[in-house]
Amino acid sequence: MARLAGRRALFAVPILLAVTFGVFAIAAASPFDPVKAYAGTAGLTASQENLDQLRANLGADRPFTARWWDWLTAAVGGDLGDSSVMRQPVADVITERIGWSVLLATTAFALAILLGTLLGVLAARRRGGIVDRAVTSLAYTLEAAPPFWLGLLAVWLFALKLGVLPAGGLTDTGSSVITAGQVASHLILPAAVLGISQLPWFALYVRQGVGDALDEDPVRGARARGLAPRTVLVGHALRSGMLPVLTLVGSRVPELITGALLVETVFSWPGIAAATVEAATSVDFPLLAALTVLATAAVLLGNLLADLLYGLADPRVGFDG
Amino acid sequence: MRARSIRGTGTVAVVAAIAVAATACSAPGGGDSGNADSAVVGIGYEPESLSPLLGFGKDGNSKIFDGLLTHDAQMNLRPALAAELPKVGDDGLTYTYPLREGVKFSDGKPFTAKDVVFTYRTILDAKTNNASKGELDALKTVTAEGDHSVVFRLKYPYAPFAERTVLPIAPEHVAGGQDVNTGAFTTKPIGTGPYKLVSWSKGEKLVFEANPGHWGDAPKVKNFTMAVIKDDDVRATRLRSGDLDSAILPPNLAETFAKDKDRKTHAAKTFDYRVVTLPTGNKVAGDTAVRRALDIAVDRGAMVDSILNGAGKEAYGPVPTDSEWFTEGTERAHDLDRAKKILDDAGWKPGSDGVREKDGVRASFPLWYVSGDKLRQDHALAYASDAKKAGVEIKVQAGTWEVIEPRMPKDAVLAGGGSPADPDFDQYTLLKSDLAGDGFNNMAWYDNPAVDKALDNARRSGDKAERAAAYDTVQRELVKNPGYTFLTHIDHLYVVDDRYGTLTTQVEPHDHGLASGPWWNVEDWQPAK
Repeated sequence: MARLAGRRALFAVPILLAVTFGVFAIAAASPFDPVKAYAGTAGLTASQENLDQLRANLGADRPFTARWWDWLTAAVGGDLGDSSVMRQPVADVITERIGWSVLLATTAFALAILLGTLLGVLAARRRGGIVDRAVTSLAYTLEAAPPFWLGLLAVWLFALKLGVLPAGGLTDTGSSVITAGQVASHLILPAAVLGISQLPWFALYVRQGVGDALDEDPVRGARARGLAPRTVLVGHALRSGMLPVLTLVGSRVPELITGALLVETVFSWPGIAAATVEAATSVDFPLLAALTVLATAAVLLGNLLADLLYGLADPRVGFDG
Repeated sequence: MRARSIRGTGTVAVVAAIAVAATACSAPGGGDSGNADSAVVGIGYEPESLSPLLGFGKDGNSKIFDGLLTHDAQMNLRPALAAELPKVGDDGLTYTYPLREGVKFSDGKPFTAKDVVFTYRTILDAKTNNASKGELDALKTVTAEGDHSVVFRLKYPYAPFAERTVLPIAPEHVAGGQDVNTGAFTTKPIGTGPYKLVSWSKGEKLVFEANPGHWGDAPKVKNFTMAVIKDDDVRATRLRSGDLDSAILPPNLAETFAKDKDRKTHAAKTFDYRVVTLPTGNKVAGDTAVRRALDIAVDRGAMVDSILNGAGKEAYGPVPTDSEWFTEGTERAHDLDRAKKILDDAGWKPGSDGVREKDGVRASFPLWYVSGDKLRQDHALAYASDAKKAGVEIKVQAGTWEVIEPRMPKDAVLAGGGSPADPDFDQYTLLKSDLAGDGFNNMAWYDNPAVDKALDNARRSGDKAERAAAYDTVQRELVKNPGYTFLTHIDHLYVVDDRYGTLTTQVEPHDHGLASGPWWNVEDWQPAK
């Protein structure tokens, strides 16, 4: 187990290096001009001399490879640099926002796993039945629906038409303090939308896993011995049927991150997402690189976690396989 | 409305169940509506930084800060941190400001002349990433004379210099010790202004509270929130739901509040123009005959009526027709026949498809607008359609500034601008031939020696009559050789809850700063309730 984790950590280094280099290369090749982005409307009346000075101050006149190397060596030493678009150190931008993103993502993920498992088990109990068909078609429909579209739909229905939930933000507009109750009510819509967009994969996997398990000999044997259906379902079928879901947990992480980007934007959630979008369109190298490293690390950790869980849950799977 | 739409979804039971469950744990809409000592306004723009050293509040009126001078409702200069208006000496080369005594920053530390010196010197420093520092180009040195007097020395006589000293003063003891570009001061500012920043949640809102130690009268509105809502429709909806007390809205959405008894619409007069650049480097747009023909072929009145819903006026130059700087008699009536005649006389003959030609050159050029800007798109399409009637083909295209900028020397652009504080601010950078192609200055590469001379005279002379005569020359030259087709000056519309009593607006610039709108003087509001 330790060997698996260690080997993955070793692999993570070249992956992260390649990803950050790629981000700098792509950002440098993008048509956006960091100086224009920095100057904003003031840039429309600024003199060329002023713009050139800004370019030099921001280091935007240097090749991206040099900027990548500088960023990398500083980052290894613990200095993530300054974000030009936020006019703040990158570390501040991240610490101010990441908590809200983690709160949103974990709530949504928990919701997706719980609700997905529940629906999957319900569907697996009688395959081909009404519940199964309803759950499967709902899952396929949701699978096709992009999260931002679900988000806009939710805002339209619950905030504009029904007026029962806030349309966006972390707290009420008029209030200056952040209370748990306000955050909770503002969290409902974005977390639900993000969770529901992830739900179909869990529901379908669980349905398949549990359904297959129900057909296996040990489970049929247990049923033949006269055990209660509930005991059979929960004790036997669910346990082995959940194995594929553990792998899924890891592989859903990337989509959870991209989904969060869109959902946060729709709901003006003050998380990392808005910062990521701004960093990308403003060619804010230090911020973009740091956020990409974070996202990549989350994906790698998700995969590692899935493999470890799988190994723990099923002793037949070796950790070094 | 609400009941009907629920029925429309056809899932009454499910929706109602979720709705009930959701209501139990939420209380949207803000708790303090109806309370006149607080105000929540919706704005569509958010500053990148709250540091005046990086350009925040440079046109004055930043709420958190004070400048040496400030503007009243008529845009006249009034002393703020200065005790009185400056004394101008040495033929317009020195400006001396006596400072108000006993003023404190909101952290309790006193304000002195060294804070003024620190602010201006830091802005001019090459290492400071302030994109607006060019506005202080005339400034040579700034020095403190004792604690309560500062002297500015200029490189050249610059009549509107006092207008630049509305920019906010930063405290040296706070901002001086940190990185000017990224330090904590950029997000947690401390100033002498009537309000203090309580919190700034980027992309969401800025919350202010009255500064009890301010040198002016205590504001009646104690809590002031600016909600950042970029989408116009969402802003209108949140205003309607009572979440906001006031908001800036485009004409079509402001109209939906016209019959609302509890809300009033304020139309702020502006210098905010929409203009078509006619680049000198383009064989068609650079031809004076074509320029003059387009100038009268365009139906400005129709644009004001149909695009702006009447909220604006026809523009014949950067100066609005109701400004004291406007030159009477330079209005141009819509006259398609005369436009055609000008083109005929200049040798632009109609081709087989109705588009004119001269010496093998087709009377055709592209016109760009920034994609996503509906107002500019509408102006561009209307302009192209008017030009077509005169036989000039204009191909309207959308793009980002990155796409548009390299094309500016040859292609026309639907641009915007406008600054009410002084005619020099706009016109010098828009029309001076030396500045052609210098960043976004003089986008049309306009080159007219008479205009150049008038612009220089106007900025160097301290005499108002002399300046007015110079700007008259500029406006008359623009009739003879229009390098730009000015289309409209647009009003900015704000819908405000009635309980705040009678409110005023200032004449507004193109930029939607935080201080635009009826809340330009929120510290002076006398709520009706």
